[in-house]
Amino acid sequence: MALLEVRNLTKSFGGLVAVNDVSFQLNEGEILGMIGPNGAGKTTVFNLITGIFPPDKGEIRFNGRSLIGLRPHQITELGIARTFQTIRLFPNLTVMENVMAGLHCRTKAGLWASILQTKAQKEEEKFIREKALEYIHFMGLGGLEFELAKNLPYGLQKRLEIARALATNPRLLMLDEPAAGLNEQETSELMELIAKLRDKGITIFLIEHDMKVVMGISERIIVLDNGYKIAEGTPEEIQRNPRVIEAYLGKEE
Amino acid sequence: MGAILTRIKSLDRRLLYMALLAVILFFPLVVRNDYWISTMVLFGIWAILGLSLNIIVGYAGLFQLGHAAFWAVGAYTTAILSIYLKVPILVCLPISALVAAFFAIIISRPILHLRGDYLCIVTIGFGEIVRLFLYNDPFKITGGVNGLRGIARPSIFGLEINTPTAYYYYVLFFVIITILVMQRLENSRLGRAWNYVREDETAAEAMGIDTVKVKLLAFALGAAWAGIAGNIYASRYTVIAPETFSFWNSVIMFCIVVLGGSGSIPGVFVGTLGMIMLPEILRSVLSSILEWRLLIFGIAMVVMMIFRPEGLWPHSRYRLELRREETSS
Repeated sequence: MALLEVRNLTKSFGGLVAVNDVSFQLNEGEILGMIGPNGAGKTTVFNLITGIFPPDKGEIRFNGRSLIGLRPHQITELGIARTFQTIRLFPNLTVMENVMAGLHCRTKAGLWASILQTKAQKEEEKFIREKALEYIHFMGLGGLEFELAKNLPYGLQKRLEIARALATNPRLLMLDEPAAGLNEQETSELMELIAKLRDKGITIFLIEHDMKVVMGISERIIVLDNGYKIAEGTPEEIQRNPRVIEAYLGKEE
Repeated sequence: MGAILTRIKSLDRRLLYMALLAVILFFPLVVRNDYWISTMVLFGIWAILGLSLNIIVGYAGLFQLGHAAFWAVGAYTTAILSIYLKVPILVCLPISALVAAFFAIIISRPILHLRGDYLCIVTIGFGEIVRLFLYNDPFKITGGVNGLRGIARPSIFGLEINTPTAYYYYVLFFVIITILVMQRLENSRLGRAWNYVREDETAAEAMGIDTVKVKLLAFALGAAWAGIAGNIYASRYTVIAPETFSFWNSVIMFCIVVLGGSGSIPGVFVGTLGMIMLPEILRSVLSSILEWRLLIFGIAMVVMMIFRPEGLWPHSRYRLELRREETSS
């Protein structure tokens, strides 16, 4: 069954059509890669799905439910989490606090419960701390709980962003260039991690420029160029597809 | 060895706090000077105002430069209820808080999408509108330029609070309650949500935080607390006038928060000390200093922003940061 269904998605900024009539679907439990040259509209697709801005046309359905018109936090609550291409952590907060952010939408203590420190609120706080630690350790950030996010090296910041996204307990995790800027060692660790997440039952949708990564872990790949979807298929099919080769390498004279 | 050292340090700190508490508790009994006790009462009221604005500016990072307006709403609500309807002051207190919060919600809802300096400009405008509104004496209930007089004193179990010393303890009680509430909020789900919004609003929204609701709550709670300060202020002086709630006083509140260290509770007290107490102390030493006040404030702010942008007593998170830089260099 399709977990995410995107149909005829179109978005333009001024005269520029960033995403043009794009349709695809994402099946539960798979890893879908999205590639394309710079400016192809990949991040825009992410932003449309997560509700950062509304599409001009088209339909997005998650688990059978339309996401059009929902605000980003509502979409996250439904079970879609994401990371950003340029890291967007809360720089002056600790690793712990960053991960706790993800648990916000899964907990509910309000103003009065916080002021009165009710029993339920205290238990919830304990739950939040325990859960956050669990994700911190899962992402290999143990021992760094009280470091400020901005003091972490780049590779760990990327991990922290994934930990924060995981804390929202998503069914679909969307990663925007997770391997960008990582060295070979870090990249292979990341690939293992993504596979592990998939084995946990989380569906993965990723944008990636590192061909070794996308081809290595994706079950299917879609290719965007100038806002259009130009190809879809298994990694082998994509590598042989003449339109993809043309988009990346240019046309032979 | 290190463990013992830190224990001595924490003991030191506890002793320091105990000493401070003793000084605060016995201040009016030792000093016995109505002028200084009254000044301390004023200090307490400003500290509550600073803590209320700290929710909006410090925790949520929303620039609010019209906070005196909500102080005014609280003070005038209490004054009107007390003078015309003879409502007891302590009954007016929660009503003032609610009315201030209500105004905050109505006003901030349409401007909530504004960020940084744009929001700042709109709040300045709002603050001035409230002051002019009070000036113009609508429905003949605000007393215009002269304001309102004859506000009742609070009484607890038939005991009327009317001496400076009684007010000292009355205000101290509210200051302590405010500190406790703020501390709890800081370490709660809501307090963290405010911090996320301050750090990166887009990321906060994407992580499942309803930023509109969270920001609205910051404005409403900050305004409610300023309303409480308004209630205390109105009953303390029994006379209120629009001039008290001027733009200049909004600026002072803002400075209290920023000077002490945005988002830091002790910072607010340091800020209040600098913005309210220092001028009073200087005035008693040298009366001509008042003419230089604005200049001194201006210079102090510039110097602060250059040498200590995180404030005089920043939140421990920032201090952690500084200490690390010291040890690494």
